[in-house]
Order: sequence, then C-alpha cells, then structure tokens
Amino acid sequence: MITYIARRMLQALVVMAAVSFISFSLFNYVGDPVDNMVGQEATLEDRQRIREVLGLEDPFFVQYARFMQNALQGEFGLSYRTKRSVTEMIAERIPATLELVFVSALIALGLGIPLGVFTGINRTSWISKAVLTVSLVGVSLPTFIIGISLIYIFAVNMGVLPSSGRAGTVELGGWKTSLLTVDGWRSILLPALTLSLFQVTMILRLVRAEMLEIMRTDFIKFARARGLPENRINYNHALKNTLVPVITIIGLNIGGLIAFSLITETVFQWPGTGLMFIQAVDFVDVPIMAAYLCFVALIFVTINLVVDILYFVIDPRLRAEGGH
Amino acid sequence: MSLLEFKNMTVEFPTRRGVFTAVQDVSLSVDPGEILGVVGESGAGKSTIGNAVIGLLEPPGRLAGGEIYLKGSRIDNLDEDALRAIRGKRIGMIFQDPLTSLDPLQTVEQQLMETIQLHLKQNDEEARASAVSLLDRVGIPDPKIRIKQYPHQFSGGMRQRVVIALALCADPEVIIADEPTTALDVSIQAQILELMRELCRERSVGMILITHDMGVIADVTDRVAVMYRSRLVEEGPTEKILGDPDHDYTKSLISAVPRPDVRLARFPVVEYIESAGDRRDSIDVATHWLGAGQTESGGETMLRVEDLHVRFLTKFSFLKKNRIYLDAVDRVSFDIRQGEVFGLVGESGSGKSTIARAIAGLYKPAGGHIHFAGADLTEVRTESEMDRYRRQMQMIFQDPFSSLNPRMKVLDIVAEPIRFHGLASGGAETRQIVMDLLEHVGLGAEAARKYPHEFSGGQRQRISIARALATRPRFLICDEPTSALDVSIQAQILNLLKDLQEELGLTMLFISHDLPVIRQMCDRVGVMRHGKLLEVAETETLFESPQHEYSQHLLDLMPRLEVLSHELIAGLEMAD
Amino acid sequence: MAVQQDEKKPGLWARLNDNDIAYSFFHSPIAMAAAFVTALIVLSSFGAPLIAPFDPFDPAQISLWDGKKPPAWEVGGDPAYLLGTDNQGRDMLSTILYGGRISLLVGFAAVFLGMFLGVALGVISGYVGGWFETVIMRLADIQLTIPGILTAILINGILRSVLPPDLRDEMAIYVVILAIGLSDWPQFARVARGATLVEAKKEYIQAARVIGLRPALVMARHIVPNVMRPVLVLATIGLALAIISEATLSFLGQGVPPTTPSLGTLIRVGNEYLFSGLWWITFFPAIALVVLVLAVNLLGDWLRDTLNPKLR
Repeated sequence: MITYIARRMLQALVVMAAVSFISFSLFNYVGDPVDNMVGQEATLEDRQRIREVLGLEDPFFVQYARFMQNALQGEFGLSYRTKRSVTEMIAERIPATLELVFVSALIALGLGIPLGVFTGINRTSWISKAVLTVSLVGVSLPTFIIGISLIYIFAVNMGVLPSSGRAGTVELGGWKTSLLTVDGWRSILLPALTLSLFQVTMILRLVRAEMLEIMRTDFIKFARARGLPENRINYNHALKNTLVPVITIIGLNIGGLIAFSLITETVFQWPGTGLMFIQAVDFVDVPIMAAYLCFVALIFVTINLVVDILYFVIDPRLRAEGGH
Repeated sequence: MSLLEFKNMTVEFPTRRGVFTAVQDVSLSVDPGEILGVVGESGAGKSTIGNAVIGLLEPPGRLAGGEIYLKGSRIDNLDEDALRAIRGKRIGMIFQDPLTSLDPLQTVEQQLMETIQLHLKQNDEEARASAVSLLDRVGIPDPKIRIKQYPHQFSGGMRQRVVIALALCADPEVIIADEPTTALDVSIQAQILELMRELCRERSVGMILITHDMGVIADVTDRVAVMYRSRLVEEGPTEKILGDPDHDYTKSLISAVPRPDVRLARFPVVEYIESAGDRRDSIDVATHWLGAGQTESGGETMLRVEDLHVRFLTKFSFLKKNRIYLDAVDRVSFDIRQGEVFGLVGESGSGKSTIARAIAGLYKPAGGHIHFAGADLTEVRTESEMDRYRRQMQMIFQDPFSSLNPRMKVLDIVAEPIRFHGLASGGAETRQIVMDLLEHVGLGAEAARKYPHEFSGGQRQRISIARALATRPRFLICDEPTSALDVSIQAQILNLLKDLQEELGLTMLFISHDLPVIRQMCDRVGVMRHGKLLEVAETETLFESPQHEYSQHLLDLMPRLEVLSHELIAGLEMAD
Repeated sequence: MAVQQDEKKPGLWARLNDNDIAYSFFHSPIAMAAAFVTALIVLSSFGAPLIAPFDPFDPAQISLWDGKKPPAWEVGGDPAYLLGTDNQGRDMLSTILYGGRISLLVGFAAVFLGMFLGVALGVISGYVGGWFETVIMRLADIQLTIPGILTAILINGILRSVLPPDLRDEMAIYVVILAIGLSDWPQFARVARGATLVEAKKEYIQAARVIGLRPALVMARHIVPNVMRPVLVLATIGLALAIISEATLSFLGQGVPPTTPSLGTLIRVGNEYLFSGLWWITFFPAIALVVLVLAVNLLGDWLRDTLNPKLR
C-alpha cells in the first residue's frame, strides 16, 4: 500500500518537475524578459546591468534552481502586461474557474452516470436508443458552438439570462463566490450548462460501454445460471464492477472540465483562469503562461493521485498486489 | 420417470446467411445419481444443449422445438421468473473457466451467501454455516478463513471447487457441467472429476457432463451420448459405447483417440469426418528440391542441450538484487540423436515449451549451451551466422488459428522463409516449390491463392507444416502441434508428421502434455516438472517401468481407456 | 484459363454481400447516409475552386458594397449570394467551401501525424519492450490524463509564443497541425501497443522470428498490418476530434488567421456580428462544421461496432 502510493507520488513529482522545466524554458527563451521591463530607449549597458541583477547571466542550472525555489513558494514574478504579481492574479481568478467546474461536474455526473447505467442495462428500450442518438449529436457539437447557441437563444432572443460575465459575487473569507445570489446563479447557469453538455454525453457513452463489457463476462453468466434476479445482477455485480473504470471516468471528466473551461470562459467572458491564459497567449505574457502551466499540471497530478488511491480502495486485486 | 428429460430438442440460431441449427432433434434423459456424458467434437452442439435446458441461450439462439421436463413437469415453456426459480435452485451449472466465473470484487462468502439466502431463505447465521460446510465438503482447507477471501486469492483448481460449491449450494437436483476440467492441469482435473462423481452419488444429483475428452468420459460417466453435427448419433451405457459402438462416427472417433496402452504404426484414419488429406505422393522426395537439403551430415548427435537455464523476470526493480526471477528451465541437459523423435512431457508450467523456444532462439538462455549441427548456438554472435542454423531448424506451433498471419495469402506465408533465406532462384521457382509443398502436406496447390481464414484448424496446421518445411530443415520442433485440434484431425496431422519424418529423415523434438500422443510419436521421452528434467528413457521403457515417482504419478493419471474396443482397433489396423 | 477463373468467381455484389463489413455497411442506412454526407463535404471542399460561385480570396471579386447581405430567401437577399455575405462582402457559400477545405486539411494532416507517431512508437514499445516502452508509455499515460484539446491549446500557445510575431499568421496552419497531432499521439500509441502485445504473443510472429526475420521486418510486415483495424477506428473518431480542435483553436483566435479562414475562424468572425442580428455569418459555418463532425462521428461509430463485434 505504502509503496504503491509512494510510487504514484514519485511519478507525480517527476511530472511536476518536467512541467516546471517547460515553464522555465518558456520564461527564459521566449522573447527577452529585459525587453518587457525596460523601454526601447534603454542602452545596452542598462540592459546588461538589469540582466546581471536579475541573474540572467548565471549558469543555466542556477537559474533553474532559483526558478524552482520561487515556484515552490508560489512566486512566478510579474505579468508583462499588467505588471501585477502573477500569483495574485491567478489566486483572484481561481474561485471563478473552480465554481464553474464544480457546478458543471454536478450536472455532468448527475446526468451522465445514471443515463449510462440505464442505457447499459436496458439495451433494447427505445428510450436508450433515443438517448444514444442524442448523445452522438452531443459529442459532435463543439463546446463553443453550444455556448454561442445558448447565448443566442437565452440572451439575445429571449433575453432572460446574461450573455457574459460573472455577476452577483459575494466575498466569503477571501473567496469570491457567485453561488449565494440569484444574479450569481443566473450568470453561472449558461456557462455551466455549456461546459457540462459535452461531458454528459462523454460520461454516458463511457459508462454504457463499461456496463456492456461487464455484462458479457462469465461471472455474470454464472450469476444468471444460479438464478440470481436481474436487478441483483445489474446493481450488485455489474454496477460494482463497472465502478472501477467509472472512477477513472470521473477523474477524466473533471480534467476535461478544466480543459474545456478555457473555451467556455472565453465564450462567456467568464473571469476565470482559462480566459486569463488565452489572453496571455495573445499578448505573449510569458509569466502568466508559465504559471498557468504549473497550475494546471498541479490540478491534474492531484486528480490522478486521488483516482489512483480510490482504485486501491475499491479493487481487492490491486490491494493484494500492493500488499506483497 | 426420469429426473431431467428432453424430447426432440431443436435449437436454432438465425443469422443473415440463413438459420443455423445448433441442436437438431435430440432426446436425452438423466436419472438421480447418474452421470450422463455428452461428447462430441467442436461445433457438434453439445454446449448449446446445456444452455438451452436452463433457458440461457445466447441471443439470437432460440429453442425451436421439443419439450424439456424436470421431474415430469414441463419447464421449457415457463416464463422468465419461473425459470429463474429453477436456475441454481433445482438445476445448477458449472462452466469451463474457473478464472472468470467468479465476481472478482466480492468475497467467496458474499457470493455463496447471496445464492444460499436467495434460494433457501436462511438467515445470515445459517447461511454462513452452510457456506462453510459446503466449502469444507468440496475440499477447500481452512474454509472458515478462506471464505473471507476474494477469488483472485485462490488457485485455478481451488476456484473450480468454489464454483462447484456455488452450483451445489441450493441443493439442486441436476447439475450441468460444461467442460468443467478443460482449463485445468491433468492432476487437478483428476481430483475435480473425482469430487464431482462423489457429490453426485452422495446427493443423488443427476449430472450432465459436457466434454470433448474421451478420457473424462471413460473415467466418470455412467452413460454417454455422442453428438455429431448437431445431431445425437448414439447413446447408451459408457462401456457399451466405448467398447462396442454401433455408429460409424463413434467407431471412427474412438479409433482416433491416441491409445496409452499400445503403440501403433499409424493412426487409423477417420474417414467419416473429413476427407482427410489423402495421400499425396505427388513429388519424389529423392529428386525434388525438398529432399536436396538432406545430404549434409552432422554426426550422431543432432542437438545437445547442456545445463540449459532460462529465467523470466517476474518483478522488476531498479536494484539488481531486488529483482525476482522465475526459473522456467532449471539446468536441463539432454541429447537428441540424428533421425529420432525426442519427446518432452509435463504439465503446464513445467518448462517444456520454454525449452523449445530457447532452442529455436525465441528466448535467450541465462546459462548453458545448445549445440546444434556442430556449433554452440549460445556462442553465435552475428545474425547472418545464426541464419545458417535457423534454416536447418524450424518449428510448428500449437494454435493453428494464431500461427498464420491473417493478412497474408498462403502463398506468401509459405514463400516467406524461401525468399528470406534465398533458397530459390526466382519468383517462378518459389511459386512452384510452394505449390509442391502444399500438395505434399495434403492440401491442393490452389490453396496458395487463399487466405488462412478460409481453412479449418487441421488444414491450417498443414499450412504451418508446409511453412516449416520450406527452409528444408533437418530438425523440426513440434510444440503441442495437435493439442488445439479435435481428435479426428489430430490423428491425421500426427500421421502426416510421422510420414514426413520418415521420408525426409527429420529429427524431431516433440512436445506434448498428452502421454498417449507421446507414446505414439516418440522414440525417447523426457519427463519435466517445475523446470527440471526428471527422467529420460526410451518411450516403451518409460511406459512399462517408469523410474521417477512423478513419471509414475503422471502415468497413473492417464485416463483408463481399457474399455475402448480392442477388436475395433485391431480390425482397423488390419484394414489399414 | 483466365476466363474460366472469372466464371468461377462470384459476382461483385455476391462478394460484397459475403464480406461482413460491406454487408453491415449496405444494411445500415445511418452509415450510408454518413458516408454520403462526408464524401459530399470532402469532395465539394476540395473541389471548391471548381464549384464555388466566387473566389473569396480574390480581392477583385469582393466589394464592401455587397457586405452583410442576408441569405437569398430573406428580405434584402441577393440571388447571387445564396447564403448571404459576410461583413467584408464575401459570399458565405464560397467561404464555407474554402473554409471547409482548410478544416479538413488540418484535420487529416493532424490525425495522420498523430497516427504515424503513435503507431510507430506504440508498435515499437509493444514489440521491443524494455526501458523504451516504459518511458514512452509513461509519457503517453501522463499525457492521456490531460484532455487532448487542452494539450493542443497549450502546445499551440507555446509554439506561437516561440515564433517571431511576423511569422505567426503565416505559420499558423502548421503550428495548429503540429499541436493537434502532438496532442493526439498517445491515443494511437496506447491502442497500437495494446494490439501489438496481443499480436506479438501470437505464434505467427514467433514463426517469423524462427525463420530469422529481423525485428524491423517483423514489425513492418507482420505486426503493423494486423494492428491497423483498431487504429483506423480511432483515426476516424480522431478526425472528428481534430476538426473540432482546429475549429476551437481558430475560434479562440489561436488558430488559422482570418486571411485564410477555416470554419472555426468564420464562426469566430461571425460571432462578433451575432448581437447585431447578422445570424447567418455564424450560423452557416457552424451548421457546416456540426454536420461534418456528426457525419464523421457516425461513420466512426459504425466502424467501431462493425470491426469490434464484441461491443455489439
């Protein structure tokens, strides 16, 4: 058990080190950091002095070590564009992103898993067939088109919901939340729906595929031959065995939500981290890009670690292997 | 009144190429305490019968006709709920593969209690007590402890015992066992069969035992039903059917079973089944390309294996000392003389196939030497030098369905070694050689234009043999060449190998887990267990007076086929 | 002789009927419709210079006077512009055809890149094993936990910022192909490796080795042809995803520039006019995109069900 988790932790650390290395390379080799600090009029000597002060003349690994040291303390320097602390900017925007992802995950998992189980069990019912057909259309709809359509219908045509932005926020112990006011919910509804729709169809199809896979196994056939009732076979044996891969699916889903939040935030001008990254790429704002890279990597590494540990809890076979 | 009886059962599978009738007009019955064997080759429809009885046919299969009675009351027309009440409670089922028959995420206790409580309405306490005593009865040591464990913590044989316990736990009147021991090793197989027989007797359970294995039939059944192409051809007491069969198919089938007790020159050819690649002497080996490679001489000994050691990494670690290895072949030495057939026999995991693969160069030995045709293969450093020896040594594999590349035409499959080793002067000659080879192994030359999937298992094995011959080898390794084939086909392929061996003066390493086959094929035999070679002897000596106690043990486990008709075999021999 | 052979051969229809894939295709109206729509879009996009009413890249054919015209059947529509015109006066139908060409081009190129990389690395990993496999598959596993679109956006963003600003638009299409291709390879690598492990255990591979074939030849001649089935299924679904990814990048303004617009770029441009009621500038490219992706997805779905009967 301990070696299993330790190995996963080690792997997570390797990933973080690799990502930080990419971030650092970005920092150092994309554009000239000095250019971004001083104007065109600075002399060569001035530039050289600044380079020395900033330590840009130090050997590569000394610079990397310094970058790592700062990064570990959550320090990524100043944004080229706003001249504000990158860490502060990200911290400000994290609540918006996380709340969006949270609400979307509730919708996606709450709809996707039951629908997947239902269509997996009732393979031949016409409801399943209808759900599957609709889900294929769902997979084919790019997120941004869903977003635009929802805006056009609910904001432009009907005018019942705001088309962009994050309204009605309330400060709660340093966390700006929009989940406590009607306005807040009105503004999060469309982006969260947009973000979750694609995921619902994804989850549904994955869960169904897993269900079908399990239903074909010998132990299900043997359970039938012992006269166990269908419900018991479906929920006690099939569903429980489906649960193992479903955990991966949930992990992937939350990852997917983080990824697609970039697009949704851009469509709805939702002031989260994703929108910030897209804007940073437009302006080649390297510190923000580098910090966002590390931030996203950290989230994914955490999700994977949690998924691995959950696997361990559910599957006795894995427990046995880890125990030896 | 019989316990379970079905009359005129017909099962159909509608497909887009027409209706396939898997079982046609079969009537059988089984009495309490009786074991009825249903035997037949693959595709005969025997498994379908078992599934049809408990209403678990794979869709789109359907019971198209006939009636099924359990203790006199009809069950084939019951609805799903009523059938479910019968499954497990009155009719138990045992499947082939114990590794996949149990839910991996539930303990044995959970699975047992679930079934017991469902059918017997016991409370937790009672159910647990029944479960433990049941496990004890099927021979699981420390049942109180083992019951808390998950299926993956049991070995294959133990798992099959758990499966049997599950099938028995509601005290059914009938048990249907579908190839219950096919996935198990011989020694475990014998124990499980013994257990099933005992349980039948003491609980007066009627059992339908479905199998392809004549040995199993001879060992445990009271009556036998023989199936061929969806139909029941013959049925009667086991001794009668095996000893004095009436139907031609049964006669052919029994004559094709390799005999453990006498050595025959050739297997009787089963003409009833498939027009066997009847001979073949289309080319004169003495003057043909195929015979041209045979003149090279390599002395008295063709192959000498010295202290061969092969091991596999089972647990990787960055530290060399923490790596865990499995010694698959543990310092084995033997010689194979020019022109002889040397057999290796042992249970699965004994390392016999690993030796074959190490000799063929598929595994790199961890130690020891392989002397072949005057060179030490473990010392050969360059690929091109190795090619010289590869040409003289070829291999025939076990599974005819995976040993041919499905995307290549038979022509290209057989031509590949000829082209690679540059053995023919051009495309036209290669083509001609391939055609001749195919003719020679009993397939027509037109086979060259087809793809492997157009052939049956036995025909594919012939293609494999043609490919192996295409380098004009002097030494042929046969790794369980017939264990995936039906007995009737097996007889043909073994005959073909015998003929080729004589014609071409081949030396052979013949690997099999099947002692009767070994007896028919080999001049000398080595017995293996756990990676070690226990005993090497002349075949007849080994079968008459084995030295090592494990050899004795293996021979004891051999199915007792004395009941098989001696007159029948003698008659067939004379006719041949 | 040849004539005789021909006589023995069953007719084309009979042979197609005997082939399970063809049979399933001709008995699945959805698959046929999807194939028809896909073929129609692919042909008309690549034949755009021949069939499009206008050349949207020829300044002589564009006039701002004709800008923002609604579709022909709406009030104020001009029969010359069936689907209306955009803000610059370009014919919508023509821009969609040309845009579809770029979308498809990027999609095909990216999938091909990902497939080539993934199959090569996956087959070598599966066959050779050892540290190479460990490194490659760990890398793939890690990348697989991150959704492809995010990887593509990140790689695209990094590549763009590495390029000098004046080259950014010019190179954009290659950058997008590279980004999507690189985000795609782990899928292919995993499937190819899995299939290779299955194939490598089969005895025909061992037979080839006993004959003496070197690893490169064993992989090229025996393994690759036998792992292509699942790879092709993945490639079809991957094409739909790649087209979506390209459209998304372009929509975010990180992809193909407006001078040579793809469908995504057109939607991005049109989106700015959505609030002023010029719905057609967004609507038609969006419909074209969704129909294309849906058709390819349906085709991929059918292909998966047919080639993998286990899942039926």
